[in-house]
Amino acid sequence: MADFLLEIGTEEIPARMIAGATEELARRVGELLVRERLCATAQVEAFSSPRRIAVLATGLAAAQPDVAEQLLGPGAAHAFKDGQPTQAAVAFAKKVGVEVSELTTATTAKGSYVAANVLRKGRPASELLCELIPKEIAALYWAKNMYWRPGKPERFVRPLRWLVALLDSEIVPLEFAGIKAGRESRGHRILSTGPVTFAKAGEYAEKIRAAHVLPSYAERELKIRKALDAACRTIPGARWREDKGLLDTVVQLTEAPSVIVGGFDREFLSLPEEVLVTVMRDHQKYFAVEDADGKLAPYFLAVLNTVTDAEGEAIVRHGNERVLRARFKDARFFWDADQQLTLKDRVAMLKTVTFQKELGSYFDKASRTQHLGSQLSAAVTEFYPAHRQGVVYKAALMAKCDLTTELVKEFTELQGIIGGLYLVHQAERMELPESSAAAIGQAIYDQYKPASMEDAVPRSLEGAVLAVADKADTIAGMFALGMIPSGSKDPFALRRAANGIVRTLAEHNLPLSLSKLMTDALRQYQGTEAEARFKAVESYEQNVAAFFRERLEFYLREAKGIAYDVTNAVLAAGADNVVDALERAEAVARVRESEDFVAISASVKRMKNILRQATEAGKWPAADANFVHAAADSDAERALAKCTAELSGEVEELCKARKFDEALARLATVRRPLDEFFEKVMVMAEDEKVRLTRLALLQQVAAMFQAIADFSEVVTVGKAS
Amino acid sequence: MTSKPLTFQELILKLQEFWAAQGCVLQQPLDVEVGAGTMSPETFLRVLGPKPYRVAYVQPSRRPADGRYGENPNRLYKHMQYQVILKAPPVNVQELYLESLKAIGIDLLRHDIKFEEDNWEAPTLAAWGVGWQVMLDGLEITQFTYFQQCGGIDLDPMCAELTYGLERIAAFLQDVDSIYDIVWVRGPQGEVKYGEVRLADEEQFSTYNFEKADVAKLWEHMAAYEAECHGLIEQYVAGTAEPKPPKKGEEPKPAAPKFTAIERRRFPLLPAYDLCLKCSHLFNLLDARGAISVTERVGVIQRVRNLAVGVARAWVDQQTQGA
Repeated sequence: MADFLLEIGTEEIPARMIAGATEELARRVGELLVRERLCATAQVEAFSSPRRIAVLATGLAAAQPDVAEQLLGPGAAHAFKDGQPTQAAVAFAKKVGVEVSELTTATTAKGSYVAANVLRKGRPASELLCELIPKEIAALYWAKNMYWRPGKPERFVRPLRWLVALLDSEIVPLEFAGIKAGRESRGHRILSTGPVTFAKAGEYAEKIRAAHVLPSYAERELKIRKALDAACRTIPGARWREDKGLLDTVVQLTEAPSVIVGGFDREFLSLPEEVLVTVMRDHQKYFAVEDADGKLAPYFLAVLNTVTDAEGEAIVRHGNERVLRARFKDARFFWDADQQLTLKDRVAMLKTVTFQKELGSYFDKASRTQHLGSQLSAAVTEFYPAHRQGVVYKAALMAKCDLTTELVKEFTELQGIIGGLYLVHQAERMELPESSAAAIGQAIYDQYKPASMEDAVPRSLEGAVLAVADKADTIAGMFALGMIPSGSKDPFALRRAANGIVRTLAEHNLPLSLSKLMTDALRQYQGTEAEARFKAVESYEQNVAAFFRERLEFYLREAKGIAYDVTNAVLAAGADNVVDALERAEAVARVRESEDFVAISASVKRMKNILRQATEAGKWPAADANFVHAAADSDAERALAKCTAELSGEVEELCKARKFDEALARLATVRRPLDEFFEKVMVMAEDEKVRLTRLALLQQVAAMFQAIADFSEVVTVGKAS
Repeated sequence: MTSKPLTFQELILKLQEFWAAQGCVLQQPLDVEVGAGTMSPETFLRVLGPKPYRVAYVQPSRRPADGRYGENPNRLYKHMQYQVILKAPPVNVQELYLESLKAIGIDLLRHDIKFEEDNWEAPTLAAWGVGWQVMLDGLEITQFTYFQQCGGIDLDPMCAELTYGLERIAAFLQDVDSIYDIVWVRGPQGEVKYGEVRLADEEQFSTYNFEKADVAKLWEHMAAYEAECHGLIEQYVAGTAEPKPPKKGEEPKPAAPKFTAIERRRFPLLPAYDLCLKCSHLFNLLDARGAISVTERVGVIQRVRNLAVGVARAWVDQQTQGA
């Protein structure tokens, strides 16, 4: 059994791409080994650092196993004359390397042929890898790649500088991008002296570590976590703030990580924590430190890509502190400069800030959002009388004003947050009473929430309304322009915006109609310059509905863990109201396993089939509400009709009140008469009158369920048929 | 490090010396306003075409909107870049770059260096590349870019561009918190600080850029430069275009007189490019003045881009014909 080592050495790979590429390389090599029969199941260990991705596969055969094969030659009639081999047979035997006496005949569908049983030699592993590995390297996916050699023969994430390919102790002489593989690698840029040479594949990790590179994510993460902990122990009561994204980044930016703790002047703590943390995390990649009470402490932790001595640490600390000080001074400078104008003063400045080139400025957007927000607020007040419409109105006007501030121009990721902070800070100058300032500020602060699946929705109802109106305005404009997300293309993050709307409506329990929201949103564009550029107004309603249905489906399945069939069933019965759909889905999910509903699902499927077939056969002209029943002519039929008559009004009321659990409990009682009906009654009776009566009854039964879910979509595996 | 850290001009001299030893042409700064060293024809035009080239130069870079009246210790209307172009880059280009840091007195064993992804794109130049920002103890000191496209043309060979932020590096080496405190030179007159040399620039140009520049005049200038640049590009195209075969049944049109070899070689594309740079700078000025409305902005960027692309195409043609 042999080991195979492949290391691709490059210039620094972008941190965000390392993990994916490493996984992909391991998968590709593993699949290749199995496909080429060099092992039954691949044992592949993956390694990576900013300058390399590598795999070590163990348990390889030295060569493919030989294969017994039957090769066919000329037709038997040609090959043998009077039982004697002809010239053709001799030539064939020679070609495939067997004695003429060993030739046999084989009969196929096309006729009889001379045949030779040969043993095809398996190819040596080295030869196969040499030929096939370069193709796998070339096929690696990079979010952004480049070319570097004249003539642009290949693309890769960054110039590839060395290759190591060893089968045990032998070099596999493969070649990619003009580089021949060898046994030499490189260690850490600064700490390692001279090349790293591998005598055999298996010693990869050990040798690379000796060259000051920790060659896996897990090792570096562990080292960094421990170093962060150790650094914190030098400050009484301090803890570093866990930050998965940041940790990911620094793990992928370092080969030999170490940590230093630095400090900053306490006076900067008067700046909002949001600003300080953003500067540290996003701009400097520092971890923030908090004291025992969870408050920000005047320290930071920097992860270095080197290990240096005490003098070196002092120099690096000093340098990092200097940079952070300048950054904080800048932030304070911007904060102070921004106070020259209040957010209100900045409203007019929004005219020069582009929202989207076809849709106009942020000033235009603010006025649209203000109107849409008002309409939405009015609807929300019906459910929540304490909702403060005035707060939404004022917040919408000033929500985007922070885009004109120096602080947001510098730290764009703080948009919204800065607006919220400034509003409260400037409340007096804008003559806003304290209580409404807090509410307006919070709504502005939260307007971009939720920024991801994990992020929280806006805290207040007013914030929720503003956030929904803002996002709906964006989606409406883009859809009307025909710029609809498709596949991986969603440059304006409209899916995220729509996911945000769905979640916000659900979590704030706002039972509003999505189609009305989006129609109202489009109406705000009436008479604007943008309207003239709209190309997709005719299909707007349909496109928006389909888009939100997908988002709602995603929400129910991914965020709420509702099974796909229940999701489909529920959305088939209506996807216009998030709260309603969610409640129906949860209610259906609760009963789907019950014996009654397993049976009911099967029955509904049957009903639908019968009705569909009847319609197709022209025997069921369509649902006719005024259809007059003939007298039911069996007990089963009468029982079902009675039960349905009793239930339908009641269920309708319960659904209107969104008491779906109760509605379903009531609907469960239809099971017995329904089962009985199917057992005893033949729907497609000869007599037309009888048949139509029965079909109409089924239609009625089906309709009762339709307000909650299309139960025919619910999968009932292995249960009642 | 030496006993005294490098002065501002010693820093420049060390870099000059280092890159001269690598065979770079030591060019002087372009004498037209530009926003970055990339815009100098020594980069923008030289990277086009197949001819290898190595060049290094200081480029004062004007960004009107970045001015702060000399009040912000970290921001300047005009900062200085040290620009190195290596076409095609040697395989050890990163190692060479690290050597250059040693040459300016940075002991790599006692500092933290990281290459962090940072891709570059200049819409007005139809240019882009991939690369890194080089971080030294948390400070971005250099943009390291592999150019892939310039003037809308794929580069072959591609080239490496190193852009050192001179003020940042000098402030780091001298350990001062304000750019204006950087020692420019030490002499019999004592220390001359950056502020003494440059503060008036910052104050006055900030005032001009933000308050006084005559918006109507700027638009006029821009239109004039643009028209002239366009005119030159059109003349070049007309003088070099292959005559189209006449359509069936049409009389062959008399072809425009073609350039002779010497007319072609002497055709003023370098001046045309200067005119394009003028437009780019005027765009930046108008932007700083807040004079470009939302609807205009994209269009104006496109206008400058058209000039840059036009010149780049013509330049490639001129170079190939001359070869």
